[in-house]
Amino acid sequence: MPEVILSAQDLVKHYPIRSGVLRRVAGQVKAVDGVSFDLHKGETLGIVGESGCGKSTLGRLLMRLEEPTSGKVIFGGEDWSGASGRKLRQMRRNIQIVFQDPYTSLNPRMTVGDIVGEPLEIHSDVVPKGGRRKRVQELLDLVGLNPEHINRYPHQFSGGQRQRIGIARGIALNPSVLVCDEPVSALDVSVQAQVVNLMEKLQDELGLAYVFIAHDLSVVRHISDRVGVMYLGRMAELGEEDEVYSRPTHPYTQALLSAVPVPDPTLRGKRDQIVLQGDVPSPANPPSGCRFHTRCWKAQEVCTTDEPELELRPDGLGAHLSRCHFAEPRLILETVDVSDLEPDTRFAGTEVQDMSDLGAGLGAAGGGEDLGSSAADAGVERSSALHPDTDQAPQDTTRLVDEQPGDDRPTR
Amino acid sequence: MTDAAVAEVTVAEPREGGVREEERSLASDAWRALRGNPVFWVSAVLIAVFTLMAIWPSLFTNTDPREAILAESRSRPGDGTWFGRDIQGYDIYARCIYGARASILVGVMTTAMAVAIGGGIGMISGYLGGAWDATFSRIGDIFFSIPLLLGAIIFLSSLPEFFNDNYFLVIMKVVLALAFLGWPSLARLMRSSVIQVKPNDYVQAARALGASPSRIIRSHILPNSLAPLIVVATISLGGYIAVEATLSFLGIGLQPPAISWGIDISAAIVGLRTTPHMLFFPSLFLSLAVLGFILMGDAVRDALDPKTR
Repeated sequence: MPEVILSAQDLVKHYPIRSGVLRRVAGQVKAVDGVSFDLHKGETLGIVGESGCGKSTLGRLLMRLEEPTSGKVIFGGEDWSGASGRKLRQMRRNIQIVFQDPYTSLNPRMTVGDIVGEPLEIHSDVVPKGGRRKRVQELLDLVGLNPEHINRYPHQFSGGQRQRIGIARGIALNPSVLVCDEPVSALDVSVQAQVVNLMEKLQDELGLAYVFIAHDLSVVRHISDRVGVMYLGRMAELGEEDEVYSRPTHPYTQALLSAVPVPDPTLRGKRDQIVLQGDVPSPANPPSGCRFHTRCWKAQEVCTTDEPELELRPDGLGAHLSRCHFAEPRLILETVDVSDLEPDTRFAGTEVQDMSDLGAGLGAAGGGEDLGSSAADAGVERSSALHPDTDQAPQDTTRLVDEQPGDDRPTR
Repeated sequence: MTDAAVAEVTVAEPREGGVREEERSLASDAWRALRGNPVFWVSAVLIAVFTLMAIWPSLFTNTDPREAILAESRSRPGDGTWFGRDIQGYDIYARCIYGARASILVGVMTTAMAVAIGGGIGMISGYLGGAWDATFSRIGDIFFSIPLLLGAIIFLSSLPEFFNDNYFLVIMKVVLALAFLGWPSLARLMRSSVIQVKPNDYVQAARALGASPSRIIRSHILPNSLAPLIVVATISLGGYIAVEATLSFLGIGLQPPAISWGIDISAAIVGLRTTPHMLFFPSLFLSLAVLGFILMGDAVRDALDPKTR
C-alpha cells in the first residue's frame, strides 16, 4: 500500500451553544467527535452520511478552514494543525478544496483567468509572472474547458462548467490531496457523470488523492477506493469500497445501502429494505453508548451504555473497521459496480466535451469548415438533433445547458 | 449528418467566436443599466452643471457676487439683473452661481469622509466580527443616537476660533461636523453587506488558498459588498447639501463673507412678503442640487440592486 499522505487523528470539532444575556456556554454541538482515518497517496476516500452528520465540517477541518477543538491533521508526516503563518501557506499548496455549489464558489466579479490564476498569484514562486496566463490556459484545457474563455465571467458558464473551473482552481498548485465537499451534488445527473469522470482522469494524470465527501452512495462507490460512513460526528464504518458496499457490518450502513434505488424493475418489492424509525438525534445531545442505538433494530442494553470501538470486525470474508457491538454482514441488494465494465457503444458516453466549448473551438478554427475529428462530428449531429432550429433553442439568459450549440444568449 | 445542421452551426460560429466578453466589474455593470435610464441622464446633467458652477463660476457670470449696489437694493428680476438684487444690493444670480461651490464642496467632502470612516469601520467589524464588531457597533450606536442637527450645532459652536480663518477651514468645519455624525449609518450598511458576502464559498476558497486578509478584502469582499454603500452615499450627498444650507441658515455653518445658498436664504427672510424673489432663487438652486443627487442615487440603486431588475 502506498504511503499515507494525509492522516486525521481523533479530530474533534465542538461548536459552543451560547445562551442568555451573558452569552454563557450552555452546551456543545458535537459536529465532529473523534474521527480518525488515513488517506494514502493517489487513492480516493469516500465519506458518506446523511445531512448534518459532520461530513462537511470534517472537510473544513482537513482544510484548516476551521480550527479543530482537539485532534490533529498530519500531512506528509507533519502536523499541520499546529502550523501557522508561512508554514501554513506552504502546506496549503498541497491540499486544496472543491466546493459543493458552483454558483457561490466562484467570485462573480472576477474573470475565469483571475479565478484560476489566483492560486498562482498568492503563491507567486510556483510559476513566474510571465508564464501564469499560459499556465491558466493549460489548466482550463486540462479540465475540458476552452482556454480561449479565459476572459469570461462565471455567469457565462453552466453549472458543470463552473464546477470544472472550481476544479481547475483546486489543482492549480499541483496539490497532492483534493478535498471534494459534495462536488457533484448540485449538478444535473448527466453533468455529474462528466465531472466525476473528469476527476478520475485528473487523478490518473496528476496522482491526486481525493477525500470525496458526498451523500450519493452510487457516486461514492463509483469513484472511491475506500469508503467511510459517518453518523452523528463519528465514523460508523470504514473499509475498502467492496467491503463496505458488499459486506456492510454496521446496521446504519446496511440501512443506508438498502435505500439506494435499484434500476431493475424485476427486483421491485423483493428487496430487503430497512426503514429506520425516528430522526437523527441532535448532535448537541448525542445518545449515550452507541450513537445509533436510538434507531437501531439490533439495539440491546449494552448499546445504551457502552460505546463500541471502531475496530476490525469480521465481515464474512475478511474483516474491516466497524463501530458496532453486534457487527455481522448482511447482504443488501444494491447497484452493481460497473466501473470496470466496458461501456456499451450504443449509448452516448459521458466523455464528450461540453458542447459550448466545442462550438467555440470550431469558431476559432474558422467557421468550422474542417470538421475532421469524429468527436466534433458527433457533437454537431447531437446538437442539431437537439435543436433542429436555432430559434427554438432555449433563450436562457443566465445558465447555459451543456448540450446547447454555442452559448449565443442575448446580452442584456 | 444533414447539410442543414452543418450550415446552422457554421452560421452561428462567427458570433460565438467573436469578442463578446461581457464585462462584470462593478462599474461596467452599473453603466450598462444606467445608460438606458432617463432619470440618470437628467440627474447627470444637473450634477454636471452644478459641478461646473462650483469649479468655474466665472463661466456663468461676470458679475462680482460681493459687489454691493445699495442704491438698487431689493430690485426685482429684470431691472438690469436676471434675478434681481438682495437687501445688500448683491446680484442674486451671481450669488446663486457662486454659492454652488460651498454646497458641492461640503456635499462631496462630507460624503468622501463618511464613506471612508463608515466603510472602513463597517468592513473591520463585519470582517473581524466578535469583540471588534461589538465595540464598533456600540460606538456607532452612540453616534447614531445623537440627532444630526443638534449634534452639528453643538459640534460647530464648540470648535475653536481657528476654523474661521479662511474659506477652506470654514468649509472643513461643516464637513467635519457632518461626517462625524454621518458615518454610523454607512458603517452599519457596510457591516451588513460584508457579513453577507463573507461566508460565500469563494471567500472560503481564497482562505483555503492561503490568501492574506488584505487580499481577501481587496479582491473578493470589497467588490461584492460595495454596491449598497455607493447607493446610500450618493443619496445622502444630497442630504448633506441640504443640512449644510440648514446650518448656514441657522447662522452656525458657513458665515458671511462666505457665499452659500443657506446664508442667502437666511438673509432673504426679511423680504418674505415684499420681495420673495430674494428667497426663491437660492431655494430653487438648493432644491435642484439636492434633487440631482437624490435622483442619481435612485438611478444608481436601480442599477446596482439585482433584485429590482
